[in-house]
Amino acid sequence: MRYILMNYLNEATWSAQTPAQRAEGAAAYKAFVEALTTAGAYVGSQGLSAPSQATTVRISNGKTQVMDGPYADTKEQLGGIFTIEVPDLDAAISWAARCPAASLGVVELRAAWGA
Amino acid sequence: MHLDEGDDARARRTADAVARRSYGKLVAFLAARTRDVAAAEDALSDAFASALADWPVKGCPSNPEAWLLTVARRKLVDVDRRRRTGENASTELQLVVEGLHAASAKVREAEIPDQRLALMFACAHPAIDAGIHAPLILQVVLGLDAKTIASAFLASPAAMAKRLVRAKEKIREAGIAFRIPDREELSGRLETVLDAIYAAFAEGWSDAGGTDVARRDLTEEAMFLARLVTELLPDEAEALGLLALMLHAESRRRARRNADGEYVPLAEQDQRLWDAEMLTDAEVLLRRAGTLGAIGRYQLEAALQSAHVHRCQTGEANWADVVVLYDALYALAPSPVVAINRALAVAEVRGAAAALQAMTDVALDSRVAEYQPYWAARAELLAKTGARDDARQAYEVAIGLERDPAVRRFLQRRHAMESAT
Repeated sequence: MRYILMNYLNEATWSAQTPAQRAEGAAAYKAFVEALTTAGAYVGSQGLSAPSQATTVRISNGKTQVMDGPYADTKEQLGGIFTIEVPDLDAAISWAARCPAASLGVVELRAAWGA
Repeated sequence: MHLDEGDDARARRTADAVARRSYGKLVAFLAARTRDVAAAEDALSDAFASALADWPVKGCPSNPEAWLLTVARRKLVDVDRRRRTGENASTELQLVVEGLHAASAKVREAEIPDQRLALMFACAHPAIDAGIHAPLILQVVLGLDAKTIASAFLASPAAMAKRLVRAKEKIREAGIAFRIPDREELSGRLETVLDAIYAAFAEGWSDAGGTDVARRDLTEEAMFLARLVTELLPDEAEALGLLALMLHAESRRRARRNADGEYVPLAEQDQRLWDAEMLTDAEVLLRRAGTLGAIGRYQLEAALQSAHVHRCQTGEANWADVVVLYDALYALAPSPVVAINRALAVAEVRGAAAALQAMTDVALDSRVAEYQPYWAARAELLAKTGARDDARQAYEVAIGLERDPAVRRFLQRRHAMESAT
């Protein structure tokens, strides 16, 4: 089954990190991809730029609204996603627990639609 | 009516204490006849709710267990009566009511008979999927909720709850008896109970820092169960061995992290932080197990722990003995985990290249692709042979598979050492 691991992180936690901690975090993500690849579970991933760079678009009553900033005004913001291919939910949860974001923020996982 | 917080808090404390001590006893007692564990649990949880409403007002009863049993029994009978509206009271119901009446009369005079061990044997019955044994025991004997259990076993709470319900249905429908197996099948059946307890302990233990309360509690609960088994079956060597093994692991808990919360491997631990009392208890248990003349997996694992502690304390290298113990363990319970640990001991005796050679069979097992200790061991051995590129790659996989940030940082430091010139 295909699952998407959505990484939610607090931007404040991220910006408070020292350069060394950031390098360590980046290395941990790289290692996570390496482990996924070795296990044959890796499909793809994408990190996102800061939530402050976000733009939201919606059409309401026929009028297009474009706004600066992220859609949801929450402390934890979507920071990136991983797509993995694993046999079942339990396996997906194991990978989510290993994802560096799980110890820094939150990892939400969902099965891909129609997968 | 006035309630001061003291009464409320006292009632809750008493209820919590009874829950911990007696939950499984009460479930076993209530479900022994019908084998309907879920109904017994529901009745008992209603009884606990009544207790929390009643005790702060009227004071805690002198025999809280008997109080809970009486209330739970009444709920159980009510439920059954409602379900059978329109029918004549069946003989089964009659039996249940009579049995419970007679039993609770006895309870007033004496203790509730302890059938927790029989309940554990039912939960770890071979007819029930082995993967659910440990969660089922934690829920039915200790009263942990599905959410807590799911987090510890890295499963979805909804799926875990469903699996628990199904397992309880199986106990009822397949007619799995609440009984301690006869002498001839006892040791085989006990193995599944001990495996379930150890699985619960291992899930708790995987939170090395002890920072996750739910997980740390799980190691405590598992030790409680192991103690219970040794009390009820004092002459079962493997039960003693399992408790000795757990005490060894638990005794080093405080030493596994330094003041900054960083992971400290065994060889570098501050031995003053080891719990001496637990270590002594473990040794006594292991010696007693040894006199019973029935060697098994848990005694060997405890003996290995004992050997590691002895080496650290005396500085005398005993790696050859350790390899022999691992050989015996592998012969009894072959698994990639044992093979990996054995290889690390082999490295100390015959060098890293021989150890890597010893691990080639393990590498063929597809499970190791996701098994962190394999990659960490491989990385360490490769680093020792000077194969730095391969070592770095193996460290990287190990880092990616690790879910504890402190251990991840430890591995990252090792990884960096292989990159430095």
